[in-house]
Amino acid sequence: MATLAQQIVNGLVLGALIGLIALGYTMVYGIVQLINFAHGEVFMVGAFGAHFISLYVLPEGVPWYAALPVMFLAAVAVSVVVAMAMERLAYRPLRGAHTLAPLITALGVSILLQEVVRVFYPGATAPLPFPRAFPDGSLAVGPVTVLWTGVLALTVAPLLGAAVHLYVERSRLGRAMRATAQDADAARLMGIDTDRVTLATFVIGGVLAGVGAVLYGIHYTQIDTAIGFQNGIFAFTAAVLGGIGSIRGAMLGALCLGLVKSLAGQYAWGGAQYDYVWVFALLILVLMFRPQGFLGRPERVRA
Amino acid sequence: MRTKGTAVLTGLLALGTILGAGACAGNKTETASGGSGCDTSKGRLVIGVIAPMSGKLSAIGLGIRNSAQLAVEQANQKCAVKGYQLTVDAQDDEANPDKGAAAAQRFADDPNVVGIVGSYNSGVARAIQPKIAGSKLVQISPGNTDPALTRGADFATAPKRQYDNYFRVVGTDDLQGPFNARYMVEKEGKKRLAIVTDGKAVGENMATQFAAEAKRLGAEIVIREKVNENDSDFASVLTKVKAEQPEAIYVGSEYHVAGPLSKQAKDLGLNVPISGNDGLFDPQFIALGGKDGDIATSVGAPIEKLDSGKAFVEAYKKKGFSDGYGGFGAFAYDSANVLITSIGKVTAKADWTGAPAQRTELIKEVQGYRTDQGANGTVGFDQYGDSVNKLFTVYQVDSGAWKDMTSGEFEAK
Repeated sequence: MATLAQQIVNGLVLGALIGLIALGYTMVYGIVQLINFAHGEVFMVGAFGAHFISLYVLPEGVPWYAALPVMFLAAVAVSVVVAMAMERLAYRPLRGAHTLAPLITALGVSILLQEVVRVFYPGATAPLPFPRAFPDGSLAVGPVTVLWTGVLALTVAPLLGAAVHLYVERSRLGRAMRATAQDADAARLMGIDTDRVTLATFVIGGVLAGVGAVLYGIHYTQIDTAIGFQNGIFAFTAAVLGGIGSIRGAMLGALCLGLVKSLAGQYAWGGAQYDYVWVFALLILVLMFRPQGFLGRPERVRA
Repeated sequence: MRTKGTAVLTGLLALGTILGAGACAGNKTETASGGSGCDTSKGRLVIGVIAPMSGKLSAIGLGIRNSAQLAVEQANQKCAVKGYQLTVDAQDDEANPDKGAAAAQRFADDPNVVGIVGSYNSGVARAIQPKIAGSKLVQISPGNTDPALTRGADFATAPKRQYDNYFRVVGTDDLQGPFNARYMVEKEGKKRLAIVTDGKAVGENMATQFAAEAKRLGAEIVIREKVNENDSDFASVLTKVKAEQPEAIYVGSEYHVAGPLSKQAKDLGLNVPISGNDGLFDPQFIALGGKDGDIATSVGAPIEKLDSGKAFVEAYKKKGFSDGYGGFGAFAYDSANVLITSIGKVTAKADWTGAPAQRTELIKEVQGYRTDQGANGTVGFDQYGDSVNKLFTVYQVDSGAWKDMTSGEFEAK
């Protein structure tokens, strides 16, 4: 029983962290029908941005409650700048090209970013210890222990997800986003600057990835240049599972993925070495019976 | 729908291809500028180094490269190989067998290359061996611990030399795993042991050898699990392990897995020592989460305790390399010195041409090499190409640094 509860908590923490990345995948797909494989790298550079600020800019001995906000700001800034540059330089020139062109470009951007960080960031050829900018120790509820950093992730991620959902539903820019997602041509005819809307979508994705990167770093206490790819694949899977294009779906898909990975490792046949297998088996099953994912809308046939 | 499906599929395929091929190579070639008053009229001889200089094992790989570099620069200053200037050509294998084999092929085809120091990973060596067997290029590994590389798949029952041009200066896993087990069970008194591996062949073999000896000594293996090497979240596996209440966890992997795993186990309230083989014995293990009480066995004696080892450490520090010598620098230094001494003897008889016959002569010199003044003490090879130095040392993390506990040879009982 204790083990089950602990595994559920483990899964939810992992899911919450993945969820923040999954939101970026799903929103970009919703607006421009692009699977931005480089989004995992937006997350990764954010982590390195926070690492940089903490190691080279912040003076020694700054208390964590002062350092953490600065690290969040740095990570968000780096992630947003990279996401914007990516959209402006790599994807916008390809708007209207065959769908494969931006997809392959996204892969190229992903590898470019990984290599740039690996080659130019000091020490990034190996895993780097991430600064401990949050109280060590954990919350114990009965037999279940959750690190304080896990508690933070479980609090911040759903709140941010809800905030983004509300923003898209209520705000003026959100309405423009939904209009662009439904029909970009019609939106443009109605006077919506779809380029600006697309850029705004990348910015929001960058903010979420940046926040996620710091939460990830303080929780696992190490980062490397491959974290973007590894978690990007999970996040992409979560987004598809929840219904790509759906904001609530991405969060739901991510939590679901975290739970499956953690519980399958404990209880399913084959043990922990097969946890990936169960994650992707679930994905295949869901897509077979519900191709649009949990909360996605069925694909419309375009003229 | 169809277009989208295809696009996604193509994307994933492309992704696989790119990953398979590996991201752009970060190969570096560094040459030694000996430059002292030696006669170098006969040209340049190259010692090839193959090691993981980028990626998660780079702390080990860079230590190997720098140490080989150090040996070569010292040799150039002492005019160890008369008439020749020695240089190092270091190739990054990224712990990837394909990259290692490609680099080895290049070295084998180049008559100026006298030998290879490398690789660190046994898996890489397995890919290198057949590539260079035909050209008789000598290879000395500072880090391969898979017994099958020298004695074949039936190394325990019917050992048979695999390649006459392959040598190593470190002891093997069939000794190190049991050595570790003996320490954990007899000295530390741990009777309930958990095993976590990263699923790689080397990690699996070590764990199996460890488990066999631990069981023989009366300990119980309560659970054995695998993790994915690219994961950073081990909470799920560790929760499962915790339910079995082990007294220690043996990790069949390297520091980049074992360090975070140690921290995450403690975070979950599973505050038991982690134990592992030489892949853990690196300062990075502690930086990434290794805690006091964690244990690693490694090959050889603690070099700080040998005069010849101390000399190596001092010379290395004086060079001001930006990376430490790591767990295997001293072995790379010894490997390079075997090559340097042997090539000196061969070129004293005739100018170097790189012909197979001359390379075979070099193999004979390496086979006959023997010193007790290496950075690790005794350096020499038995009839299989294995090191005659079968000494292992137990290290334990104490106040945030590795401290040597005991050294000894493993003898099966």
